[in-house]
Amino acid sequence: MNDTILDIYTRMLRIRRFEEQVGKLFSQGQLPGFVHLYIGEEGVGAGVCAALRTDDYIVSTHRGHGHFIAKGGDLNAIMAELFGKATGCCKGKGGSMHVADVSIGMLGACGIVGGGLPMASGAALSARLRGTDQVAVTFFGDGASNEGSFHETLNLASALKLPVLFVCENNQYGEFTPADKAMNIKDVADRAGSYGIPGVIVDGTDALAVYDVTTAAVARARRGEGPTLIEAKTHRRSGHAEGEEAFLAGQQYRSEDEKAAAQAKDPILVLRSTIIKQEIATAEQLDELDRDVTQAVAEAVAFARASADPAVETLYEDCWI
Amino acid sequence: MAEINLLEAIRQGIDEMMAHDPGVFILGEDVGKRGGVFRVTEGLMDKYGAQRVIDSPLAESVIVGACIGAALNDTRPIAEIQFADFIHPAFNQIVSEAARMRYRSNGDWGVPLVIRAPYGGGIHGALYHSQSIEAFFAHVPGLKVVAPSTPYDAKGLIKSAIEDPDPVLFLEHKKTYRLIKGQVPDHDYRVPIGKAEVKRPGDDITLIAYGLMLHFCLEAAQVLAGDGVSVEVLDLRSLRPLDTEAILGSVRKTGKALVVHEDNLTGGFGGEISALISEHAFEHLDGPVMRLAGPDVPAMPFAKPLEDAFMPSPEKIVAALRKLAAY
Repeated sequence: MNDTILDIYTRMLRIRRFEEQVGKLFSQGQLPGFVHLYIGEEGVGAGVCAALRTDDYIVSTHRGHGHFIAKGGDLNAIMAELFGKATGCCKGKGGSMHVADVSIGMLGACGIVGGGLPMASGAALSARLRGTDQVAVTFFGDGASNEGSFHETLNLASALKLPVLFVCENNQYGEFTPADKAMNIKDVADRAGSYGIPGVIVDGTDALAVYDVTTAAVARARRGEGPTLIEAKTHRRSGHAEGEEAFLAGQQYRSEDEKAAAQAKDPILVLRSTIIKQEIATAEQLDELDRDVTQAVAEAVAFARASADPAVETLYEDCWI
Repeated sequence: MAEINLLEAIRQGIDEMMAHDPGVFILGEDVGKRGGVFRVTEGLMDKYGAQRVIDSPLAESVIVGACIGAALNDTRPIAEIQFADFIHPAFNQIVSEAARMRYRSNGDWGVPLVIRAPYGGGIHGALYHSQSIEAFFAHVPGLKVVAPSTPYDAKGLIKSAIEDPDPVLFLEHKKTYRLIKGQVPDHDYRVPIGKAEVKRPGDDITLIAYGLMLHFCLEAAQVLAGDGVSVEVLDLRSLRPLDTEAILGSVRKTGKALVVHEDNLTGGFGGEISALISEHAFEHLDGPVMRLAGPDVPAMPFAKPLEDAFMPSPEKIVAALRKLAAY
């Protein structure tokens, strides 16, 4: 178990240092397009993915860097993709909102809210048809649970008892609108009951708790007992998108208290203190790990910068015309 | 007269209609407190209240569907789809319900609905934030499709769209929002739906476009003037109903036509215009009706060189015009 805890911690740290670097690069005008950071939500992606095998599937969202990294994605490949380089995981075609790596079961981030859920049920269906015990996980936000695709997919997956996990990252905001203004229930997990599947609430800032509920839901799915809806209560420490301050023009949609509360429940600091308290590793060892991760992120930036732009002809590659 | 950008023109148009008609309201994602992600509806919630500027859940099908139901009952809804790329879950409500309601109710029920949708690329939005959607919807009888290119037209057309007794899809090229500025009169005015406008008169080639591409076409026409080729630039403004007389009249004069759109080529709106000209102005043509459009690849890629290669540009239009001029 100690190895698992350190593994989860490492995944979280890789996400955090990567995202911090991305935020910095964006603010310096070095990254084009839209960037949605996962800072504060690392406990969910890392806790879930640590409970999966490499050949299990995940389908991600527009806030997908963390899922990509948590599933074991290569830092160089994702950083290069954010720079729009030929060496990126999608050869520069996708950018931040569309990172994917099929070799590790990361079927792709999706820029359409709710777009990923139906596909995850299909990946799960394929596992059954092919006679494997793979499971599929779809991450989505509280906002996506108001889309029709959420309801259609939960119903189908339940009716067919598909090996799929619905992981709702309830960060309390659908873009800029608080979740409680967009739905009249407190817990997205309550929606599971309408479809005859278990709905589990977990503290998304507690990565080990996320790991535990995911492990149970995966086991149930592999046994052929069908899907589970996991609602991880979490915090979006960053804005909806980087650079939003310019558009917000001084408008505040979150209170200072709220932001401070989110800071106080940092999933990485929570796990770090557990690791030290349980003597799984020393503070010095964790600091050394941090230095290694920070170095790997710096190398990813250097790799992305040194990489070539995609050749114009590649516009016509990977498709038929 | 005041110089404003296209985004402000749309906001002004909506604001004036809301002040004038208490039945006008807005439903969409983050349109209220946030004023929309592009800030088109900024300040309107403060002015008209949360009952008339409504923040919706992320659920495009019901945003449009609820507006249809409201439009059937003496209100004038404006549904905002945050990015045109997000409109597809609402396709059924728009195509199967809004567009057909008048026909199926023997003319009893119209749907005076405006659906606003920012479309188009050139902003590194990549696969899901760059789409042009006009061809899907211009195919649908019963639905009006409008795509203004200037602040003057945008303000005049949004007012006409709100007053229109039938559903109007109002397409706003997101790159024009702050880039394109122009004079807008202080007095109340309308731009009629279904009327094109010659934005630059000419004699040798008719260049047809709408939205952002109209501006690229004006730049290209200026370059061709240096070659001694006089290009007439026609701004369609509305795709459906289409101002066929404006198109045919211009082509009968020039004998040559180039249609430009950012949407991909095959099945794109340029094909419809080309067919119209071939059928009704064939004997006036001195060259093939040409199209310059986005390539037939599944989406606009993220990387800058690939996005640039996807987007039609003034340079590409100049090259196409020179090819056509040589006939």
